Parts: sequence; structure tokens; C-alpha cells
Amino acid sequence: MTVNGWLQILAFCAVLLVIAPPLGGYMAKVFTGQRVFLTPLLAGPEKLVYRMFGVDPAREQDWKSYAKSLIIFSLAGWLLLYLILRAQTLDPLNSYGGAKFYSAPWNVTFNTVSSFMTNTNWQYYGGETTMTYVSQMVGLTVQNFASAAVGIVVAVALIRGIVSRSGKSLGNFYSDLVRTLLYVLLPIAFVSALVLMSQGVIDNLSHYVSVHGISGLAQTIAMGPVASQEAIKELGTNGGGFFNVNSAHPFENPNGFTNFYEMLLVLAIPAGLVFTYGKMVGSRRQALAIFSTMFVMFFAGVTVAYAAEANGSPAQHAAGLHTHVIANSTGGNIEGKEQRFGVADSALFDTVTTVTSCGAVNSAIESFTGLGGAVPFANLSASEVIFGGVGTGLYSMLEYVLLAVFIGGLMVGRTPEYLGKKVEAKEIKLVVLGLLITPLTALFSTALATASAAGRASIAPVATGGPQGFSETFYAYLSQANNNGSAFAGYTGFNQPNIGNLHSWGVTFADLLGGFTMVFARYAPILFALAIGGALAGKRVSPAGLGTMRTTNATFVALLIGVIILVGALTFFPALLLGPIVQAVTGHLYH
Amino acid sequence: MRRDLLTALRAIVVVTVLFGLAYPLLVLGVGQLIFPGKADGSLIHKDGVVVGSALIGQQFYEDVIGKNGKVEMSKGAPVTQPDPRYFQTRPSGTTPADNAAGSSFANYGPNSIITKQAIQANIAAYLALNTAPNKQLYDPAVTSAAQVPVDAADTSASGIDPDISVANAKIQAYRVATVRHLSLAEVDGLIAKYTTGRSLGFLGEPGVDVLELNLALDRISNGSH
Repeated sequence: MTVNGWLQILAFCAVLLVIAPPLGGYMAKVFTGQRVFLTPLLAGPEKLVYRMFGVDPAREQDWKSYAKSLIIFSLAGWLLLYLILRAQTLDPLNSYGGAKFYSAPWNVTFNTVSSFMTNTNWQYYGGETTMTYVSQMVGLTVQNFASAAVGIVVAVALIRGIVSRSGKSLGNFYSDLVRTLLYVLLPIAFVSALVLMSQGVIDNLSHYVSVHGISGLAQTIAMGPVASQEAIKELGTNGGGFFNVNSAHPFENPNGFTNFYEMLLVLAIPAGLVFTYGKMVGSRRQALAIFSTMFVMFFAGVTVAYAAEANGSPAQHAAGLHTHVIANSTGGNIEGKEQRFGVADSALFDTVTTVTSCGAVNSAIESFTGLGGAVPFANLSASEVIFGGVGTGLYSMLEYVLLAVFIGGLMVGRTPEYLGKKVEAKEIKLVVLGLLITPLTALFSTALATASAAGRASIAPVATGGPQGFSETFYAYLSQANNNGSAFAGYTGFNQPNIGNLHSWGVTFADLLGGFTMVFARYAPILFALAIGGALAGKRVSPAGLGTMRTTNATFVALLIGVIILVGALTFFPALLLGPIVQAVTGHLYH
Repeated sequence: MRRDLLTALRAIVVVTVLFGLAYPLLVLGVGQLIFPGKADGSLIHKDGVVVGSALIGQQFYEDVIGKNGKVEMSKGAPVTQPDPRYFQTRPSGTTPADNAAGSSFANYGPNSIITKQAIQANIAAYLALNTAPNKQLYDPAVTSAAQVPVDAADTSASGIDPDISVANAKIQAYRVATVRHLSLAEVDGLIAKYTTGRSLGFLGEPGVDVLELNLALDRISNGSH
């Protein structure tokens, strides 16, 4: 580890702490219909959009009606994206890659479409060898926006349920959706795309460029409308790379500054929303308690990942490499990492994108050391509540808060209350179901894929022996169930022998299991979150008394962390033992 | 229900027009206007020909000439080897190496014998490239794997990493200087010139842009063998 490495990590945390509260305050204004500085510019377009949708933004919806609108909107998005990807061959501009790009097979497309609709952005395909520019822009970029907005509105609806003093309304889905898209995602994405371009992120519709190298070798360089997608990919915690190697590609992430900026984009909304919550419930201290919980767990992850990667891997040491820091080289496990990021930035980026549901990568997670790779595992095992995905992180964390309140209430022997509302049997049942459905889906899918020959066919040939094959499989379904999308990229559901999908085929088992895993583990928790909002909405608020458990002090933060770790550990520890922990502890090399 | 579905379809079409066409095309237009070279990939031209991108790593290889004086062939393609006159980029996991139209990770696991073997092969190739015809390494400080910088032995993430560490460049400088009959100080000077420091002084790691360095070398010496 180096001083400069720590400096970067601490600077990142400092900047995050500075930007999150004002952004959260801004979003609170947006979601409570107040005037913001963009209102003069966007109020007109907003009205026009409602008219084109044919909706009345003032119509109040109870949780069932809200959920119905949300699910039907997602379904429509799924259908349109499937059509766009399958009709890729009709694209008139389809020739810039040297070869014509055919559509991927139905099973791979099913997986891809499910993945972008659910904000997962799991990618069995390689962008620059399979997707046309039209598919990237009109298809994938749109779902980058839409799926992010859907996540955010669920959190907002749940907050309204917690705040509401009477009635059953959680707001209006389409109004929340449009306001999120226009006032939050669009302006930040637009400015960020230009910031990234100023550093060298490309954005064009050119043919792939033919290079005549100075020593005589030819090279073809893939092009495309990258910056516009890159910005929303990070901001919406989507994570689907324009290129196969995602943010490791120099055209997506050309230097240390863009790396820093992209990490901030990833955490901006998840961290900001915590303060939005504080504003909307009228208690900054509630926000600070939740933020502290997230931050402590995040920081622990970064520390472990950085230390492990700086130490180097068993394979490196067995090959005779010296991995300590020397003059002009950072040392460490730089296998599968870029020189311009080195070990510190790779460990930090990896932690940032796995605590959130972003899943973008700037290095190969498959090549992380056992302990370094255990960090993304642990982050995913905590069900994406350490900041988490946009919206999803907050609503899942609020469920953990309710659970912690309940457990705390049992310990002190009082009826649990949160913000003056009694937490009763109905809410706790919904909370437990909402929290357990994702881990159970992940474990069920992993078991199915590990126990069947069809599932094991997806394991990378170089990892079939030893725990790495299991790690790959487990990570694949853990990531898809948590709608993260990062991968031990050796695991595959797609075989593409030629550029442009020619003669390619999908691994139906992995494609379908993954697709269903993503959809189920996204929408079931959303329904539970909205149902909790609905259940809380109508409750009377009673004033806090002497015996009311406080949810803003350090004791509560410790209890909350304990509950999160306990649930995650109890669910996943046996599986984690079989993969990354064996690798971290033994240092043994496997064939 | 039918009404809901109709609303949803109208909504997704409007959202698609706004965020799939208007937004990306606006970014494209404005970006192309303000950052034309960067938006098009930071391409480098030489004599009117694109010789690469400053951001994309490439191979600096030459054809292998057999004992009979002809280019050696294998399966209809010439056999190539690293050109000692040029600095070489990091090992790449793409097929073929440094494929900028199909980036991919090598996906070598941390506890894999295959990884160990791949790293050993990269070390051997690196040492061989930097060994003079008299069997001595060009850089007297390098004697074994222990002195090989990690970035020279480990594959990059993208497979098209444009940079190498300064330590790696300084070792290769001995070879390049000898082969090109330049002084080591001259080559080290160029390395310093084409080292990209950390952004804002502390973000990222310093690296040497191999293509820009090699182009600069060609400007001061044509480097006959």
C-alpha cells in the first residue's frame, strides 16, 4: 500500500461527503414538488411529457395502483428493448464494425433485455463485437435511464409511506418517473458526458478505425457513442459497459480523473438519497445514522480490498514475481488491472461498484486475490444496502432499519416504533420477505447451476478445477439476483466465434436462469417495499416517549450493522467458505 | 388494464425518443463541437495515415526472418516477434493481442496454476527481449524474475492498456538505446517527456504512453538493427 493510494481513497470519501447532502436536498425538493433552479427550464417539457404519456400527474395512487403502473411500464420497456435488439439486422447503419452485426440468439437476448430492464446490466455479450450503435443508443441507453428511475421512485414511494400522516397514497408513479428522469438523471448525465469527453471518452458514429502501426502491424479500433451511455451507466448504477471490458477500456475511462469522477457518479445518488430521506422525514439525524452505517461498511470493504490486492496473488509469487512497491512501480496484484489505475484505484472502484448495484468494473474481478475478491462477495451478500443501487439501496436499507427496530424492541421489551409509527406483525412479515427473497433466489440459482451439468458448462475452461469454478458460478447468480451485474467474467452464457454474432450461440440454461433470477429478485422486493409503504402510510403517528428506542445514536448504528452482517453471514457463509475463503486462506494453486 | 398498457407503451416510446435519440445525439453534437479530436478517439496521424490512438495500446512487432532470408510463415500468416527497436506494451488477454475491436479480460484466477504458467511465460519473454546477443541483459540491474516489474508480467485488464510503468520503461530503455545507438540519457529523457503523471497530481498511477514514446523515438532515430 502507498501513501498516495490512501490519499486517493480518503479524498474520494471526503468529496462524497461534500456532495451527497446538497444533492439529497435537491432531490427532496424534486420529489415534494418544490421549485428548483431547473424548474423554469424544465416545467414546460415536463407538462408536455405528461400530455404525450396521457397521464394526470396529480392522480394519487395507493401502493397497489403504484406497483401496477410500475410493472406494466417495465414490461413495455422489456418488449420494446427485445424488439430493438432482435431487429438489429434491419439497422441501415449496420456496417461500421467491418462486418454486419446480426442479432444475438433469443436466449442471450432474453438475458440481456431482462438485465437492462432490472438495472442489472449483466452482460453475456461483448458490446463492440455484437451491438450496433442503434442498439446501444435507442435500446440500451434508454433502459439505463428508465431502470434507474424505476429504482429511485420505489424508494421515494416508501419514504412517502413512512412520512404520510393519513390516507393510503404513495404518490403518482408517472409523475415520480418523469421528475426523476428530467430533473435528476438528465442534467447530471448530460454535464457528466461532456466532462468525460473532455478527458478523452469518445462519442461518435464513425466506422471502426483502421490503423497502420509504425512497425507494420494493422489494428482496428472500435468506435461509438460512448460518452452519453458512460455517464448514465455510472449515474444510474447500471454498469453495462459500451465495450466488453467496461470501464477498464481506455475509451470509457481514460485516466485517474475520469476514474475518480465515474466513482463519484456511481455513489452520488445512492448517498444523496439518504439525505433526501432525512429531508423528507424531517430529521437529518436519521439520515446521518443510516449514512454512517453505510459508510463504515463501505470503508471496511475498501481497506480489505486494497490491502489484499497490494499484497499480490499466490500465482504471482509462485511465478517468482516480487510484488512489493518499488521505485516507479506500484507492485501488487496488477494481473487484470490497468497501469493508469494501479492497485488502489482498482480496489476502490471495485468496492464502489459492488456496494452499489452498479457492477461496472475497471479491472478483472476474476483475477482479484481470494481476499480481495471476497470484498465484492461480501458486498453482494449484504444485499446491496451499503449505499446500494439508486433507490434500491435505500429502500432495502430502510427494511433493515425496520428489522433492527423490531429486534431492538424485542430486546428492551417494548412495541417497536419507527418515527412514531408502530412496527407490527404485518410490516415485519413484509420486511423479512422483502429482505430474504434476494438471498434465497441467489442461493437457489447457484445450487441449481452448480448441481447440473448444463449449469457447469458455463464455467471458464481455465477455472474448472478447484474453488474458482464455484466462485464464478456463485458470483454470477449472486450478482444477477442483487441486480449488480459485475462478474467473474470467465463465466459465460454466450459463445461468439466470429465478430458480429455470426454463428454464435447462447447457453440456454445460464441465459434463462440468469434472466429469471434478475427479474424475480428485482420485482418481488419492489412489491414488498411498496407494500410496506402502503402498510405504513395509513398509520397514526404517536409522539416519542421516554421508552422509545432512539434510532439516531451510535448504539443503533452498531445494532443495524450487526443485523445486516448477521443476515448476510447466516445466509451466505457456507457458500462463501467453499469459494473465496478457501482461496484466501490456503494460497494453494489449482489446475 | 388495457388503458394501463396503452399508457405504458406511449410512455416507453416517448422515453425512447427523449433518451435514446435526443439525449445521445445532443451529447454527440455538443461534444463533437467542443472536443473534436478526443470525441473521435485521440487518433494520431503520421504522414496522413492513422498510426494509432494515444489511448489504445498496440503491438510493435516485426516479421521473423528465417535463415533463408525469407519471412517465416505459419498457417498462411507471417510469424511475428517484438521489434526490439520499440518499447513494448503490457501482455494482453485479447485475441489476437491488443485487439481494439474486441476487448476482453484474460480472466486468470489468483490461485490458478495456469495463471502462474502464463506469468512465467511473460517473464521469460520479457527477459529474452531484453537480453543482448552476448547473453547479457541490457539492463545490468535486471538478473531474474525478481526484478521484472509486475506490469510487464501481468496481463492488463482491457488487453489494450496504452501505458507501461516507468520502471518497465526504464528497463526497456537500455535495450532501445543500444539497438538504436542512442545514449541512455536521451531515451530516459523521452520517457520522462511521455510519462503521464497522476491526474491533478494524485489520481491514478503514472504511466508511459508507449505509442507516443515510440513515435518520438522514430523522430530522432530510424533505428537500424
